[in-house]
Amino acid sequence: MGVISPAPLRWQQAELVELMRETPRVSTLSFNVMNWPGHLAGQHVDVRLTAEDGYEAERSYSIASPPEQRSVALTIERLDDGEVSPYLVGELKIGDKIELRGPIGGYFVWRAGDDRPLLLVAGGSGVVPLMAMLRHRATVSHKSPARLLLSSRTFDDIIYREELDRLVAANDGLSVFSTLTREKPSGWKGYTRRIDAEMVRDVAWPKAQTPAVFVCGPTPFVESAANLLVGFGYDPLWVKTERFGATGTPGG
Amino acid sequence: MTIAEMMLDGNAIGGLLREIFVAEMTDARGTCAYCGAVNPVGRLQVYVHAPGTVVRCPACEQVVMRIVRGGGRYWLDFSGTRTLELRET
Repeated sequence: MGVISPAPLRWQQAELVELMRETPRVSTLSFNVMNWPGHLAGQHVDVRLTAEDGYEAERSYSIASPPEQRSVALTIERLDDGEVSPYLVGELKIGDKIELRGPIGGYFVWRAGDDRPLLLVAGGSGVVPLMAMLRHRATVSHKSPARLLLSSRTFDDIIYREELDRLVAANDGLSVFSTLTREKPSGWKGYTRRIDAEMVRDVAWPKAQTPAVFVCGPTPFVESAANLLVGFGYDPLWVKTERFGATGTPGG
Repeated sequence: MTIAEMMLDGNAIGGLLREIFVAEMTDARGTCAYCGAVNPVGRLQVYVHAPGTVVRCPACEQVVMRIVRGGGRYWLDFSGTRTLELRET
């Protein structure tokens, strides 16, 4: 479990075994993959769909499940003009099979043995690989302190909202800070604006603590968050980023 | 949608690079042939909307890799990468 496998990366069949709606536009799909070698928190898979005429479309999706879990869970945002996500979120049924390959990635990964304070910054579905990290963290006894700053459009768009509340309630050193960019619900105690320098000052660990930092989301969000963190005094090399492109995921 | 908004990073070509190299490549460290900046592949700037994949140095934005796949072949131009250092497998 949890090795970066040097074996050749092969396309393999994955069977959908569980489907869960997270928000109106986002669902979690759990797959059974034969001979899955295990994965690290932060890694992704490539998914390939082949049409009857042979046309192929490939997309990358972050793994949401922690290394401790056997099945491979992908949390996917449905993009109405996408080629792949409207099929995965909406048409794929329990028992259906798709082709995927993975796990992929050795840079944007976090292991629970890392003692540094953890800072996670997510825009929208950028929270998916960071959730794998928090779920991984929840399974170990010795935990580094962790903070998540999550930017969502509206309250209903907050992915994993209830699970994040439960993780925070465990009172084990995790704090979650939420901001909404398109809505100010009454009674909302979080931020209601785009990520800015003041928010970073509130949330980020002091640089003297040399935190481990992961930023994930649409490219404009990641660019702005990473620049703010460097402006706050972080070494650019501490700030690991993963960009999804202009939309939720590359090409949808 | 601007070109800047379409930029991805080296994480996005982890699968493509594993078709070519045996090792996981996103944590391999590349040295830019133009400015000498050393970065893990995961930090490089990636554009996949051209006919091939274009990879640029995050420090000087020069092209450090071009990868084209088609007709059952790969074409690799790594002339912008002076060295690549990777984990032994």
